[in-house]
Amino acid sequence: MGRHFPKGLGSSYHGPNERSVGKWDSMTSPQSGTSSSAPPADRAEPELQRHFDDTIAHNQRIEPRDWMPEGYRRTLIRQIAQHAHSEIIGMQPEGEWITRAPSLRRKAILFAKVQDEAGHGLYLYSAAETLGADRADLTERLIEGRQKYSSIFNYPTPTFADVGVIGWFVDGAAICNQVPLCRSSYGPYARAMVRVCKEESFHQRQGYELLLTMMRGTDEQRAMVQDAVDRWWWPSLMMFGPPDDDSPNSAQSMAWKIKRHTNDELRQRFVDMTVPQAEKLGVTLPDPELRWNEERGHHDFGTPDWSELKRVISGDGPCNAQRMERRRTAHEEGAWVREAAAAHAAKQDKRREEGSAA
Amino acid sequence: MSDDHVYLSLAEGHDEGGDARWAFGTGFEDPLHGVDTAVPAGVDATELAATCLALGDDALVSAQRLAEWTTRAPELEEEVALANIGLDLLGQARLLYARCGQVDGSGRGEDAYAYLRDADDFRNVRLAELPGGDFAFSIVRLLVLSSWRLAHFERLAASPDPVLSAVAAKGVKELTYHRQYAADWAVRLGDGTPESHRRMRAALHQVGPYLGELFTAYDVRDEVVAVLAQVTEAAGLPMPAWRPTPGAGREGGHTEHLAPLLAELQGVARAHPGAVW
Amino acid sequence: MSDTEGTKGNWPLYEVFVRGKRGLNHVHVGSLHAADDRMALTHARDLYTRRNEGVSIWVVRSEHIAASTRDEKDPFFAPSADKVYRHPTFYDIPDDVPHI
Repeated sequence: MGRHFPKGLGSSYHGPNERSVGKWDSMTSPQSGTSSSAPPADRAEPELQRHFDDTIAHNQRIEPRDWMPEGYRRTLIRQIAQHAHSEIIGMQPEGEWITRAPSLRRKAILFAKVQDEAGHGLYLYSAAETLGADRADLTERLIEGRQKYSSIFNYPTPTFADVGVIGWFVDGAAICNQVPLCRSSYGPYARAMVRVCKEESFHQRQGYELLLTMMRGTDEQRAMVQDAVDRWWWPSLMMFGPPDDDSPNSAQSMAWKIKRHTNDELRQRFVDMTVPQAEKLGVTLPDPELRWNEERGHHDFGTPDWSELKRVISGDGPCNAQRMERRRTAHEEGAWVREAAAAHAAKQDKRREEGSAA
Repeated sequence: MSDDHVYLSLAEGHDEGGDARWAFGTGFEDPLHGVDTAVPAGVDATELAATCLALGDDALVSAQRLAEWTTRAPELEEEVALANIGLDLLGQARLLYARCGQVDGSGRGEDAYAYLRDADDFRNVRLAELPGGDFAFSIVRLLVLSSWRLAHFERLAASPDPVLSAVAAKGVKELTYHRQYAADWAVRLGDGTPESHRRMRAALHQVGPYLGELFTAYDVRDEVVAVLAQVTEAAGLPMPAWRPTPGAGREGGHTEHLAPLLAELQGVARAHPGAVW
Repeated sequence: MSDTEGTKGNWPLYEVFVRGKRGLNHVHVGSLHAADDRMALTHARDLYTRRNEGVSIWVVRSEHIAASTRDEKDPFFAPSADKVYRHPTFYDIPDDVPHI
């Protein structure tokens, strides 16, 4: 963890357990696999590990000051940070439409929605900081390309219908992903997700409601909606990540109860949820293989173009460069403001000290 | 799980606030619900409509400029704060346009005012339409406009028109917060670093020529000047120089910056006649 | 004072406690960054209550929170196993770490 000593609540107390994390770093490397495989080099270690395993097994929450395997900590920091980055980068595709929204009601809804995403990012960064991560450092990692965000936000939003489809598909997929995370084994993450999920469900409904309204409008509007559905369907399915047999970290995350369902389970849930909504809306989902499978009790559907997902994740999506550039610019151009506020606070402290000394 | 209830109950409390916000911000219900909308005897409907339109335009144009900060704010917490202020102003604009449509005899809705008028027909003060500039400029502009608008709304809360009175009373709380936010930041930036101080001086210099317009339009000058004096003194900054020049924005005379702002605001709505959103 | 500021523009971390409605205790809801107490309150109000009137907010610098050790009754934390960790010099703290 180096300089990223714990700062968040709970871990803000520089007590024994936090300090010991660094000490045990090498013994429970992130790839040490199952949580019981750490070598007992310290006589305390197996006891701590057993306590941790018991907590997980009893579906109780791990809290910031608890001992945890270093791999668990690192996996969580990575996952929560990527989630937070996704919320922040995710403001951009829709944020571009706030100033152009075609009614004041839509403008207000969208403005508030994008604001919520900033709030979600902050809740999540806050959760990551309880693990000893530092937000400034995580932001650096994002803008230097060392940490990822969801591939979905690298697609463009050429029409206002995209705002509706993002709400319906992307927020809908996010809900499928996130509702189970309200039961994540790590307490601060689970609690952040409760707040996030409550707001996301509103986002999904407002997106769908926009599309319903547009479908009742002109032929041109109906065509806009179908076009947006065609463009966002496959990228939305990819939001759940690679198929299970190609998702190496999933098993460990499931065992730690950081994750509660596999990528493919969640993808299936999303498809089953969305198909009847599409029928009601009167749009066609662009998958000729999509049909109800009576035997499975689920919809069958086609295979996303996984090579596209790999391309977008590796930085070669339609808008990767643009998204990163915006975030970097905002951060850099805001530096003088952040520095000024910190400088003023320092001066005020000094004035107070001098005042009380005098 | 036994530990869930604390957080769920907290989330419920949070939700109540959220509902209140949405009910206001999204127009799911008539914003003037329950208020008698008849124009009282003795109130000049033309004058009332003009007041609502001018204040609505100030709010809409200001909200548009604040929305431009989205994804560009200097820190994530400021994203949330600036959006809150923008949403407040957008909400005020909607209520004021709605009132305008009721009393000017046209029966127009809020969107007709926002989307179907050209720059010449807008009555906002020019300070609101100036391009975004840096954070210092936005803060100085917000400080001036929120102080001015607050002083004005405090008076309008006693308006004989019950709708305008209700809108103003609600707005007073919001604007008090906006002014505080701007004043806090003005002090931080004025006192902070040589660079932030320099930027604040430049911003104050930039708003100077547009202050006269505010001060001739309404009799709230002394109050606003007192606020600016207090804040600039605490920030170690000079008062902006202003001259009592006649207002132009209120008569439809605008800078070259309003038309592009409106082109962006109105473009989609105008490109799809007959569409519903 | 500059202890939690890794670089000069980084604002320190604050913990936020909100009384959601009358009759309830303040509950910890999360954290945020702010340059000073006043900004922390403003941010907390914007972020965690969306400016809901009537709620009460406390903010406190994270570094000023003293916390208990974990459950003392836990068998693992019997004094014998715990004692060594309680000794401050047991830990190798980097020089730039504050408040040690």
